[in-house]
Amino acid sequence: MSFLPDGHLSSVAIAMLGGAVRVSTPFLFVSLGECLTEKSGRINLGLEGTLIFGAMSGYAVAFMTGSAWAGVGAAALAGAAFGLVHGLLCSLPRVNDIAIGIALMLFGMGLAFYFGKGFIQPVAPTLPSINLGWWSDSPQLRSALRINALFLLGIVLALGMAWMVRATRIGLIIRTVGDSSDAARALGFRLVLVRVASTSAGGALSGIAGAYLSLYYPGSWNEGISSGQGLMAVALVIFARWNPVGCVWAALLFGAAGALGPALQSVGITQGYYLFFAAPYLLTLGVLIATSSPNRSMSGAPGELSITR
Amino acid sequence: MAQVESMAHSMARPDWRARFARQSEAIIIPLSALVLGLAGFALFLFVQGKSPVQFFQLVWLGGFGTGFSWQNTLSRAAPLLLAGLCVAIPARLGLVVIGGEGAIVMGGVAAGAAAIVLSGLWAPFGIVAMAAAGALAGALWIGAVGALRHWRGVNETISSLLLAYIAIALMNHLVEGPLRDPASLNKPSTPTIDAALAVGKMPWPNVHWGRLTGVFACILTWILLERTAWGFAARMAGSNLRAAQVQGLPVGALILGFTAFAGCLAGLAGYFEVAAVHGSANASLAAGYGYSGILVAFLARHNPLAIIPVALLLAGFEASSGLLQRRMGLPDASVLVLQGFVFVAILASEAVYGRLRLFSPERWSRA
Amino acid sequence: MRPSSRLLTPTRRLFLQSTAAVTGLAALGSLPAGKAHAANVTVGFIYVGPKDDFGYNQAHAEGAAAVRSIPGVTIIEEENVAETVDVQNTMESMIQFDGASLIFPTSFGYFDPHILTVAQRHPDVRFQHCGGLWSADRHPENVGSYFGYIGMGQYLNGIAAGHATRSKRIGFVAAKPIPQVLLNINSFLLGARSVDPEIICQVIFTGEWSMSVREAEATNALADQGCDVITCHVDGPKVVMETAAARDCFVCGYHADQSALAPEKYLTGAEWNWAQVYTSMVTAHLAGEAIPNFVRGGLADDFIKMSPFGPAVTESAQGQIADTKAKILAGGYAVIQGPLNDNKGNQIAAAGQNFEETDVALESMDYLVEGVIGSIS
Repeated sequence: MSFLPDGHLSSVAIAMLGGAVRVSTPFLFVSLGECLTEKSGRINLGLEGTLIFGAMSGYAVAFMTGSAWAGVGAAALAGAAFGLVHGLLCSLPRVNDIAIGIALMLFGMGLAFYFGKGFIQPVAPTLPSINLGWWSDSPQLRSALRINALFLLGIVLALGMAWMVRATRIGLIIRTVGDSSDAARALGFRLVLVRVASTSAGGALSGIAGAYLSLYYPGSWNEGISSGQGLMAVALVIFARWNPVGCVWAALLFGAAGALGPALQSVGITQGYYLFFAAPYLLTLGVLIATSSPNRSMSGAPGELSITR
Repeated sequence: MAQVESMAHSMARPDWRARFARQSEAIIIPLSALVLGLAGFALFLFVQGKSPVQFFQLVWLGGFGTGFSWQNTLSRAAPLLLAGLCVAIPARLGLVVIGGEGAIVMGGVAAGAAAIVLSGLWAPFGIVAMAAAGALAGALWIGAVGALRHWRGVNETISSLLLAYIAIALMNHLVEGPLRDPASLNKPSTPTIDAALAVGKMPWPNVHWGRLTGVFACILTWILLERTAWGFAARMAGSNLRAAQVQGLPVGALILGFTAFAGCLAGLAGYFEVAAVHGSANASLAAGYGYSGILVAFLARHNPLAIIPVALLLAGFEASSGLLQRRMGLPDASVLVLQGFVFVAILASEAVYGRLRLFSPERWSRA
Repeated sequence: MRPSSRLLTPTRRLFLQSTAAVTGLAALGSLPAGKAHAANVTVGFIYVGPKDDFGYNQAHAEGAAAVRSIPGVTIIEEENVAETVDVQNTMESMIQFDGASLIFPTSFGYFDPHILTVAQRHPDVRFQHCGGLWSADRHPENVGSYFGYIGMGQYLNGIAAGHATRSKRIGFVAAKPIPQVLLNINSFLLGARSVDPEIICQVIFTGEWSMSVREAEATNALADQGCDVITCHVDGPKVVMETAAARDCFVCGYHADQSALAPEKYLTGAEWNWAQVYTSMVTAHLAGEAIPNFVRGGLADDFIKMSPFGPAVTESAQGQIADTKAKILAGGYAVIQGPLNDNKGNQIAAAGQNFEETDVALESMDYLVEGVIGSIS
């Protein structure tokens, strides 16, 4: 990046680090949620609606109770409810999970905007942050390392989910159900229960992702609060090859790439900013093209998943 | 010969009734689901102390009740037809393309850019060339999704979604940069197209001719899918692409052709936005029609003819939104909630097909 | 409360002078029963976003709310109406179902072609558009455009910022590089430079009128670069205000009063005063007078107003703002004064050349002045 004046490279790097930490958390939660759902063989394209409803309900409850954490809890519950509806409806014969996802996305957004009108103006308490940059003199770095507990929780959750999927009996059941309905039936696993539970848990995580948006960063409820975080979850999960730890990297990369546009403008690289704003999408597409292969199905893809067959 | 005819005759009677039973199933079930969804929303309103009766009166009035309501509904339905086809066509191959928005936007930008070059040329040529530019841009955009799928194995759902975001960024870059008309001031746009290139309105309803194109496209696509060898091959390949490849079907050509055709239609939708509505390409091209199209296609079970009534229903709900805000003081989002109720009910009603003895062909054949 | 000011008088005269008042009262006869009274008019307001966004749309909605109390006026509103065929249908629907005879489609993007199309079909309905440049030779008689010199408000914001900044770097989160936004950015910097000519202003374009996360990121990027006073021009400034305050930056408001969002950090703000504007327009319409087709106004005409000062504004800052405001109210004050270059080194005003607030040339501004870091493409 020779066109960057001296000192600006580190400045952009720190901004991207800060951006990765700030922006990635909702992507992390929603992609973990989608990952869990897809592991069980279902796809939920409607997480955008779940996330937005989570953002609204989280903000509303935080405002009414005065506790931001109560808001997070409410968002998780609301998300679980959406996941439950998706899971149950898709358990009916011939009902298409992609279509139900899109309809529920409308439903979630509609309900969130419908009931959210009254909560645009009030100011709700926000989630506290943990200051991990106390050792640094640079205010920029200190701000970049101001981390929300949900971010750390997300990483722990990703590691835990990876372990659960790999090493526990529950993980084995989810994987089997996701890979082959016939095998799962033969082994006596309860397909419907596993899928409904996975979708519901995935919904809860998406609700938390929304609560992060409305209660921490940017920390406000309005109808433009989400910029497609929930839609992008599907892409990030494939990007991460259905590996929960991969979701962490995907979310961080996506967040950092998203910070590139504003950061470059702030150091004076101001032309073509729309193209910089597209960086996360270009990057994801580029990596997908580079790592896909026409001859084999995607490694890690659950066998029952409709969109990868 | 007479023997064959009498045989056909004797078979026709039970067949006719059985077919009627099956076809009425395909109409009665979604209609019942529609009623159920509406009832759900009525309850939703009733619980909040709002009048469901007034609500339905207003939906009817705003969406379908008067000549103007129809005009309103039709003008909103048109882009949904083409956007829905952009999803339904690849779906025949089992491909889930959700990024039609990108092709609409690119089609619009290409049409807007072409209009700059075509300005002043012989109008019939200019109109065709401008439409072709839009269609081509859309075809390339979704065709690229098909190409990536076929040659690189990139999942089409994801690549089309990512490409939609990229298209919107590219469009913004172009209309605010290289293609910007300095006179467009506070709404950065490409230069206004020549009046000769604009698509006019029909005598009635007061909507432009492009709206009719959507209907033609649905019929044409239905013929393509149901009555040609291509459509037949696609249906064979659709259930399992990999197996079809092994069987020697031209899977690559099918994927490329179908995605490009789908994109071409979405690109045309973008072209009509520029040539018939906006008069120039600008950020309003990204109006979300591409995303509504996904829902339209799935509700129509990817049947091109069914897309027409579904798009009308969706558009009719949206057309009534204004009256609901003004007369009942409902938030604008109430239409989204209503759509949520109705579409979840219709999609879930898939489960009932074949379950009701009333529609069972056996029952009617035996009779 | 100031007495009605200099520019309002000619405006008022224009109301009275205008030729034959052809309003849509006749159309009221065809209204559904119960809606129509002889002297009633129905006025429609259309917003591009939610009407409680702490910003652009809220400012208009507050104006509409003020009109509601005028006897004989019925207000109808629709929010979140896209700049597509949607807005054409909304206008048409307000006319067909509610008999609206005066419509305020408040987003710039509604003008061409949407308002122009519908206005042609309904010559008896009046369309008042915010921000457009109506011209007699190109646009129908029943369309009018109005706007306010809010750049002056951003200039006063800039003075407050110039006094408050320690780093001599101030920041601006902007949606798109369009004339209305560029004038605000330039005014903000020039206001600050009237305090200290060494101040620079960093601008970040988000590319969207409403996109919370990117607005927050832009604000953080500005704070990272050492900007310690931040303002914005996006539809809803809520996120920028809250994020900037959380980064310990001072903020200047825009569109509406945002002091409640950052009580300690809010310096002042440039606000619309549509209540006054809409009341006078609707009153004229109700009386059967024609509204002028091209209306502009500034601080002196009560088109815009400043938020009350926050606790961090020093007395010397308040003094300079009051002095400048007095000069603006006196008329003829120019923010863009020669000699002045843009930030690429091209001269935009020669020595002695001034662009007063009323200069229409400012409404097609396509440059950022020297001292602004940013580019418009």
